[in-house]
Formats: sequence, C-alpha cells, structure tokens
Amino acid sequence: MRMNVSDEDLAEAAAGGDGTAFGLLLERCYDRLFALCFRLTGSRAEAEDLTQDICLALPGKLAGYQRRAKVTTWLYRVAVNAATDRRRRAASYVRATEGWGDWEVDRQATAVEASDGLDWLTRAMAGLTPTLRDTLALVLDDLTHAEVAQIMDVSEGTISWRVAEAKKKLRAMREEEEGI
Amino acid sequence: MTSRDEFQDLKAAMDAATPAPDAARRADVLARAQANFEATQGSPAAARQSSVSPDRRGFFRGAFDMLMTKTTGALTATTALVAVGVLFLSPQGQELLNGSAPLVQEPVTGTLTDDEIAADPEPLPALIAVEEALEAAPEADAPVLPALSPAPRGVAPDAPAQAPQYEGIALTGSAELDVSRGEADRELGSNGAALSEAPAPFSPEDGVSIFTNGDFGTLTLGDTDGGFETGISQFGAGNSATILAPGDRRIQRGVIADVASTPTPDTEEFANADDNPLRVVADDPVSTFSIDVDTASYALLRSSLNRGQLPAPEAVRIEEMVNYFPYDYPAPDADDVSPFRPTVEVFATPWNPDTQLVHIGIQGELPAIEDRPPLNLVFLVDTSGSMNEAAKLPLLIQSFRLMLDRLTPEDQVAIVTYAGSAGVALEPTAASDTATISAALTALQAGGSTNGVGGLQAAYDLAAEMTEDGEVSRVLLATDGDFNVGISDPTALEDYIAEQRETGIYLSVLGFGRGNLQDDTMQALAQNGNGTAAFIDTLHEAQRVLVDQLAGALFPIADDLKVQVEFNPEAIAEYRLIGYETRALAREDFANDAVDAGELGAGHSVTAIYEVTPVGSPAQLVAPLRYATDDGASETEFGDELGFISLRWKEPGEDDSTLIDFPIAATPSEPGTEAQFAAAIAGFGQLLRGNAFLGDWGYEEAIALANASRGEDEFGYRTEAIQLMRLAQSLTQ
Repeated sequence: MRMNVSDEDLAEAAAGGDGTAFGLLLERCYDRLFALCFRLTGSRAEAEDLTQDICLALPGKLAGYQRRAKVTTWLYRVAVNAATDRRRRAASYVRATEGWGDWEVDRQATAVEASDGLDWLTRAMAGLTPTLRDTLALVLDDLTHAEVAQIMDVSEGTISWRVAEAKKKLRAMREEEEGI
Repeated sequence: MTSRDEFQDLKAAMDAATPAPDAARRADVLARAQANFEATQGSPAAARQSSVSPDRRGFFRGAFDMLMTKTTGALTATTALVAVGVLFLSPQGQELLNGSAPLVQEPVTGTLTDDEIAADPEPLPALIAVEEALEAAPEADAPVLPALSPAPRGVAPDAPAQAPQYEGIALTGSAELDVSRGEADRELGSNGAALSEAPAPFSPEDGVSIFTNGDFGTLTLGDTDGGFETGISQFGAGNSATILAPGDRRIQRGVIADVASTPTPDTEEFANADDNPLRVVADDPVSTFSIDVDTASYALLRSSLNRGQLPAPEAVRIEEMVNYFPYDYPAPDADDVSPFRPTVEVFATPWNPDTQLVHIGIQGELPAIEDRPPLNLVFLVDTSGSMNEAAKLPLLIQSFRLMLDRLTPEDQVAIVTYAGSAGVALEPTAASDTATISAALTALQAGGSTNGVGGLQAAYDLAAEMTEDGEVSRVLLATDGDFNVGISDPTALEDYIAEQRETGIYLSVLGFGRGNLQDDTMQALAQNGNGTAAFIDTLHEAQRVLVDQLAGALFPIADDLKVQVEFNPEAIAEYRLIGYETRALAREDFANDAVDAGELGAGHSVTAIYEVTPVGSPAQLVAPLRYATDDGASETEFGDELGFISLRWKEPGEDDSTLIDFPIAATPSEPGTEAQFAAAIAGFGQLLRGNAFLGDWGYEEAIALANASRGEDEFGYRTEAIQLMRLAQSLTQ
C-alpha cells in the first residue's frame, strides 16, 4: 500500500521516525539522485561518492524538510549544496573541479560509449562555469525554471538568465565547431 | 519552457551519457543510510524514557510520540538528539563509530569503561538508548557499524571488538550533554573540536588520535541546508602533468614541481616523454640516466590488453617493461666493490641487421634473508569511496595478508588510513602478532569522500617513531589514484616527500584499480621518495611484488644509482637509449650527489639497452658533416672500445657516491637468452609505442624472439608476456 503514498508523505513519516518510510523514500529517489549527481559532477566515481555522502547524511537533514516543498525539490537542493561543498572542498584539486573534463579520458578508457553527440556534450559542459553547469543539470532534469529557482535559492529570473546565457555559450561553441 | 526545446540535443546526449548507478553500491548505501536512520531514531526514543522499543515503532506511533510528548525536557532532548544523530550520520561521525581500526588494536578494559561511565552518570540514558537502537537494527551491524556489536555494559576485558562501542557512545553522551544545555549548532561544532583536543575521558591510544587529526574538530554539526563542509583542505597531486620535454631532469628534486601545472584534466594520467631521439656521437657522445626498477607500466598495459584494448602509447614505459622480468645475470661476488655487478653484451639488433644493441644488465646482490635488518612498514591506505571495488580495497587487504607471512617477528607494521578521517588504524605492532594485524586489515572499509588530513604526515611520523638504529623504514602508499593526502599545495607534496627522503624513510606506491589511476603522480611520488611504483591488478601480481620480490621491494642495497655511457666516436656513429625517457639526467648531474636517482633493491636486476649504429654502417641515419674537424686524436689507442660506462651509487643512507667504470669492448658477442629476451620485450614496447625505428619488424618477430629465449621462466612471467604480445598482435590487426 505504501507504493501509493506520495514522496511527501513518506518524507514526513520518515522525519517522524518511521524507518520503513525512510527506506522506501530512499529506494525511490536513489536512481534519480544518482543521475543528478552524475550531471552535476560529470564523473561516475564522483557521482557514486556524492550520492553516498548525501544518502548517509540524509536522516539528519530530514529534520529540515518542510511539507510545503516537494521532496524532489528539497532533495535536489541538498544535492546541489552537497555538490557545491564538495567542489569547494576540492578547490585545490583541479581534477575534481574539472569533472566534466575527465569524461573524455574516462570514455576512452572504458570505450563503452563513443558517439559524436557525447563528445559534443563533454566539450559543451566543460566550457561552462560551475554555476551554469549546475543550473543546466537541473533544467535538463525536466524541472521548471521556478523549481530550479527554488532549489538554487535564487529568483526565477536569474535561472532564466542563466539558461539563456548557457544557451548563448553553447550556440557559440557549436558555431565555432561547425565553422572550422 | 520554450527554452528547453533548444536543449533537446543536449538533453538527449546527457541522458545517453548518464550511467546507471552501480547496483552493489546502491544497495550498500541504502543499507547504511537506513542504519544511520535507525541510529538517529533509536536515541530519541530511549532518551525520552519511552517504553516502546525502536523496533516496534511504526509510523503513526512515531508521529504520535513526536507530537504528544511535550515536556520541555523531552524537547530539549530532541534538539540534542538531532545533534547526536548527526554524529552518527555524518561521515565523520561514522568514522568515529566505525571506530576505524585503531580501536581494535588495544582492548579497553571493562574497568576503564566502567570508571568512565561512573564518573559521568548523565549520559547513561543515551548510552542505553544507543545500545537498544543497535540491537533493534541488526542489519545495520554488518555494513556500517562492524565494531558496534551490542553488548552489556561492563564488557569483559577479553572482548576487544567491543571497545569501540564505548568510545563512540561515551562521546555521544558528552555531545548530547553539551547541546541540551541549549547551545547552538555551531557551538556544538566548536565543542566537538574542544572534545577532540581534550583526550580526557578516553584512553589516548584509542579514538582520540583520530579526532586530533582534524576531521572532527571542523565538523559543522546540524547544518541543515545540505552543507557537507568539513573545512579540510584537499590536495590532488593528480593534476600535475609530467610529460616533459626530453632532457628535462625529471628526477631532480623540485623540478617536477615547477613543471607540474599544466591543467589538463585526466582521469588516468601517465608519465612519459617522447621517445629518446637518435643522437649523433660526434655531437653528443655522453648519455646519462638513472636506473628505474618500477614495474607499474607493465602491469598497466597487461590490464589494458587483457581487457581487449591496446594501451595508450604514453602509458608504455619500455624500461619498466624490460625490468619487470627477473633475469639470470651474473650476481656480484666477493671481488666486486659494488653491491651489484654490471654485465655488458653487444649483439646484432633483432630489428635491424646493420645496428647493434648494447645491453647493460645490472644484478644486485641478495643478502641472506636472515641478515636483513628489522623492517618497519607503515601501510598508508586510501579508503575513499572509490576504493570500494573488488580490484581495489579487498585486493589490497589480501595482498597485505600475503606479505605478512614473509615478515619476521622483529619487523613492525602499522596502518594509517586516509579518507573520511585520516587516522592510525593500527599502531605499530610486531609482525608476529598476525591476529591483531589481520583484524585491523579486516576492519578497513571504503566509504565517504576522500578528505584525509595529514595521512602522509601521519604515516611518516609513525615510521619515524618506529625507526631505531639499523632498521629500515618504509611507507607503502596504496591507492587508486586519489593523492589528496592532506598537503594542500601541489608542489608541497613532492617537496615534503623529498624532505622525508632525507630522514631515510623510503616510500613505495602501490596502485590499485583502473579508471582513476594517476600513474604520473605515482611515478613522481615514488621517484621523489626513494621508492618504487607498482601497479597491482591481480593477486598474482601482488604475490610477485610483495612476496616473491619482497626483499628487493623493501631493502635497498644501492641508492641513487646512475649510469653514464660515453660512446667512442671512432666506433659508433649514432646511438639511442631505448626507454628511460622519464629518467634522463643531465650530463653534469652524474657526479652531483645532490641529484636524486633510482634505488636498486636487494636481488633486483636492472636492464638498459642502447641501439647503436657503428661507423660506416648503412643504417646510419645522419650524414656526417662536411666540415667536421677530425682532430685525429687517439685513433689507435681506443679503437677496440665501443664506449666507456660509468656507474655511481651510494651505500644506503650515505651521502657520498662511489664510482666504478670500465670500457665496453667493440666486438659483438653471441647474446645469451637473457639479453635476447630483454631485446624482445624492448621491441614489444616500441611496437606498442608506435616507434618508427623498427621498420618491418613486427609482433610476429617479437613473439618468435621471445619464445626462443624464454629460458627457465620459473614464475611463468615470460610465458605471460608472450601471450600479451599475441593479444596485442590480434588487437592491432
């Protein structure tokens, strides 16, 4: 019967001490969370570590959950903050901050995916600033600008501006590539 | 919304790129998160003196309790318990509770614990609560809290594994106390720091040494917005690029640091340089290099080939391939002044009938095992989350177990971990105490982000502490590539290691797992730290590095061994050194004892191969200069010499080098199988690197040559090499 319960109910129950609800919630969210972490970091290993960090700390953060927000919004906010923290912590660590840059080599090493689209994606993500990249990671998750704004704690206008900015950069990159 | 349409391409690409989460990891994380959850929930229930035990709590009952229990005491307790929960939940808190392994090492007696509890009665309810919570969450015990088996208070002194429980819980109690007095979150943080500095309630050998390493003190507790700030500086030497122009003195201390800033982000980074170019003897008669006994490159290319991929050309270091194999070179005897014996053979080049190979084999002496000095080993183990793979941490633990059997009772072992918390997982322990060491190894767990602080310093400090006169100390760094071991300045790390080198402590680097390997950093660290770098991909390789060649890997017999060859322009027109690109030294560095070079281990052999073109050979690539002056000197005097070889080395621990030198006879000889096999491997390496000097000579010829000169091949290494050649052959077709 729990399968019909909304994420929000589960979160509230979990905040109230229901372990089963917590487990169920995490079970539901893990894959999406991991996908987001991957989009935020651009590296599989980083994404695994980040997801673990978030999940293990989640019980303590449940207290901060308030019913008026969607669970995904709240969870994504936690994830974006965790990713930012991780990046900041690794500031002197070029490899980590340039996670999207790793992708190219990683890709060659695993030789699993190899398409022009991927190459382009890699270059595109690497060419953006971390803030734009994070914004894109969220927007590409089918969230509205309003939701992204709530997650990133800025105004909706800012998100729209960032998206426009990212688009401008991507277009420039693409033109440059096609021009050559 | 319309804006998203333009992202369709990007989104499609992104969706395609996003991998599925690792199922095992997912299950593990979920179980651990659940355990964290149970741990948080358990404490509040009991602290409120509820009669309902946590295992029977359902959602409604839980919510009911939360809403209905309204005494102020309970409310403050709730706040406090959130903080307690954070202790359980945060990676740092987990590390505390996991009790990483140092706690296992010296059992805390029941008396001590009882005293502690008696002296501070207030935390008792929490203590009981946590015990209950642990009992209520049986599934949590295995993955998360291995050391936290439920146990009655007043534990019997013969139960060492239970000691950590009291450490963790006593700490929890104190933390709760602080907060229930109404202090704000951040103050709890500083409180934690204070706690970490005040070893008072705990036995200092136990948990406290972990806290003082800094992680705990900077933990920001109760940060609800997703902050994972730990305030710990991280450092990745992984960003150092070490591809140098030929002629750079990569080995010289400090030089790497200067050039190590190219911001090319790679997940795997390899140290190498362009092929050594052909040199004209008339212009550049002297070749100088440092020996290299590393073998990482061979193991790496083996792992690539076995996965069905040709290794990246820059991942191939020919000298490491050649030196991977044991050779049956003549060993030094009583007449040799040096602890090694050099052998030089000159023979026709397999891939070019008009040139010759000058094969220099250096065999180190193997002192009797019984005579070896006591050894102090500090394992510095990367336990970051990325180590959580079968080919990484578990293999590492197995590898170290293999090695333990080869140590003597005089030897000492210690373990330091860096991840989550940098801490001493095993205090110096006699190698004969295998039970304790084994338990500490078993307790090693990968988890959390790599945010180790001072792992390397801790390891070196411990090694220094363990060292007594006449003993050999070595730090064995085992990692999958995250070198953020706590020194935050990229240049500082190599400087630090180079500085530690002066103290006589050696450093070896063992690489595990693929995908994130910082091969160049491994190289740089090992070279700076007077050590070797090896890549361990299988237990078989661990056996080779840590058991079969233990003596060589751990006991140096000659430090800073440098080789200089001067070619006789009358006999040789051109030469090139095959491999050793990253080990080139400047000519003047040969006699400069301040310049670091490679170490030769007991029983190790080192091989270097030059391809030389005799004067007048049709293979000569560079036409002689029309206006070159012929000074006509010494035409007859040295006519039968091909060149002159000089070797410099230091006795281990000495500052001054010794020199031996001798001429190389110009007459080619019939090569032995050892030299032939080395030549075959050198050819294999050049094929993998796409070297142009080989002409039509290909894998088939290399395989035939290696097969013909397989020799005794006691351990089967050469057979394996031939299989790899076949694999490479089919992969290139």
